[in-house]
Amino acid sequence: MTATATVSRVTVTAGPVRRRIWSYWRFYLALSPFYVLFAVFGLYPMVSTIVLAFQRWDGLSARKFTGLDNFAFLIQDPTFWTALENTVVLFLMSTVPTLVLALVLAVMLQSAVRFTNVYRIAYFIPNVTSLVAMAIFFSSVFSTNFGLVNAALRSLGIPQQDWLGQPWGIKIAISTMIVWQWVGYNTLIYLAGLQAIPKEQYEAAKVDGAGAVRTFFSITLPQLRPVVLFTVIMSTIGGLQTFTEPQVMVGNSGGTGQSGMTVVLFFYRAAFLDNDYGYAAAIALSIFVLVLLFTAINWRIFRERSEDR
Amino acid sequence: MTRYRLRGVALHAVLVLALLVFMFPFVWTIIMASNTTADIYRFPPKFSFGGHFGDNVRHVLDNVAFFQSMANTATVAISTTLLVLFFDSLAAFTFAKFRFPGRNALFVVLLATMLLPAQLAAVPQFQTMAILGWVGSLKALIIPGAANAFGIFWMRQYFKNSIHDELVEAATLDGCGFFGTYWHVALPSARPALAFLGIFTFVGSWNDYMWPLIVLTNPDHVTLQVALSTLNRAHGVDYSMVMTGALMAMVPLVIIFAVFARQFIKGATEGAVRG
Repeated sequence: MTATATVSRVTVTAGPVRRRIWSYWRFYLALSPFYVLFAVFGLYPMVSTIVLAFQRWDGLSARKFTGLDNFAFLIQDPTFWTALENTVVLFLMSTVPTLVLALVLAVMLQSAVRFTNVYRIAYFIPNVTSLVAMAIFFSSVFSTNFGLVNAALRSLGIPQQDWLGQPWGIKIAISTMIVWQWVGYNTLIYLAGLQAIPKEQYEAAKVDGAGAVRTFFSITLPQLRPVVLFTVIMSTIGGLQTFTEPQVMVGNSGGTGQSGMTVVLFFYRAAFLDNDYGYAAAIALSIFVLVLLFTAINWRIFRERSEDR
Repeated sequence: MTRYRLRGVALHAVLVLALLVFMFPFVWTIIMASNTTADIYRFPPKFSFGGHFGDNVRHVLDNVAFFQSMANTATVAISTTLLVLFFDSLAAFTFAKFRFPGRNALFVVLLATMLLPAQLAAVPQFQTMAILGWVGSLKALIIPGAANAFGIFWMRQYFKNSIHDELVEAATLDGCGFFGTYWHVALPSARPALAFLGIFTFVGSWNDYMWPLIVLTNPDHVTLQVALSTLNRAHGVDYSMVMTGALMAMVPLVIIFAVFARQFIKGATEGAVRG
């Protein structure tokens, strides 16, 4: 072996006989914390969730195997469907504006020369701010008696709305908060994506006489597709798991007409307020399937589009 | 020339407007926290800072064990961050620079775990905590999150690209053992990556809400986010006080973020583009 041999080769060829597995114990020890923690606090609970979904259990008495009862009950439970609908509606109401605004801001930020660092830091701050604190803030903004939104409506002569007391108001308040919290983050992701597009492509488009709009749709957007897919998938995973915003803003009940009841809030209630653990496990599994389904749909849409080209 | 100027002004006008929208909740929170609740209830609303911040802070401290909760949150966030930095970077270094039987299989398992949603495990995890006697204890927040797949994956990319094999080999020949090489060679060279992972973990841990809400069953011994939510539920009408609590809960984090912002943003956005 020469002196420039890589470490890994040294390790493998150190002896003529294949080294016994325990001679690598340092490496396995170095990796063990993650795998041990995952086995105890990840894998084991997930497997038990699957088992639990076919059982009836209140946490105290003996578990009883009930077959598909939990699932049969779930598809007949109107609250589940309400929660499912709310989750999807909230996801669309927040994700679509978030990503569109983020893209617009990113394109603008890219052509800005000065103060870009100030913008970047300020745009990112909402994303690291406490969800609970901001949920309290947004419920004050949408408050009926003294909220800023109603104060603005009143000064324009428009009648006040009981935002957090009616179904659509609740959804608007919650999605406003989500948009506020995520536009900046996605802007910076898009900005990084935009900066990775080779300059030559833009110059070529310029030579061909393409205008700004044409350039945007024929170069910028196609080049940005993987980054857009990333943001859509991240928003999907996050959006389908919305919990803190409705829980703090309208409480465990989900508010008027259960309009703020999301699937994760529904799960939380079944498990930790009603102690209906088997049912909660069935809900957890359905959330998992939902996330997989939406991720697959996103994937498909973006894959098919790129195959069209 | 003037046309470009005008465009530049319009551009910055929009960007500044967005900045104001993003910053507005902080300003408005400070306004509410420095006025009395009666001021907040007025129409038209008062748009200036008041002199009641001290009183409001005192009310918060009277109604909720604020410092205890903040100490709990800080304990959890700091311990989780240190543990994650140590365990993740050690595992990442091992994956990135050494070869041993089962390495690829173990790495595939690691990647697969990232696809599993956490709340799928919440119910049995609570039972596990009950068996271990950790319900109500901060251990229930710290230990399960002490090492994670994302951090290992992220640090591994960094070690692969930034540390030459020759360097690791030289350290080994110099008599540094495996751990010595990690400690003296790998760690010092990974500062930027550690800074990102550290802030990312710290922020996530500081703001975590659902799991602490579930597992910290003693209302006198909770984290800041849970205490804040309780304060809101019990004294929701006293807005100036509740907003003061919200302000006090987020200020430390905003300061920490501002200090590390550049490195953090670089790390947070790089991954998306590369992936």
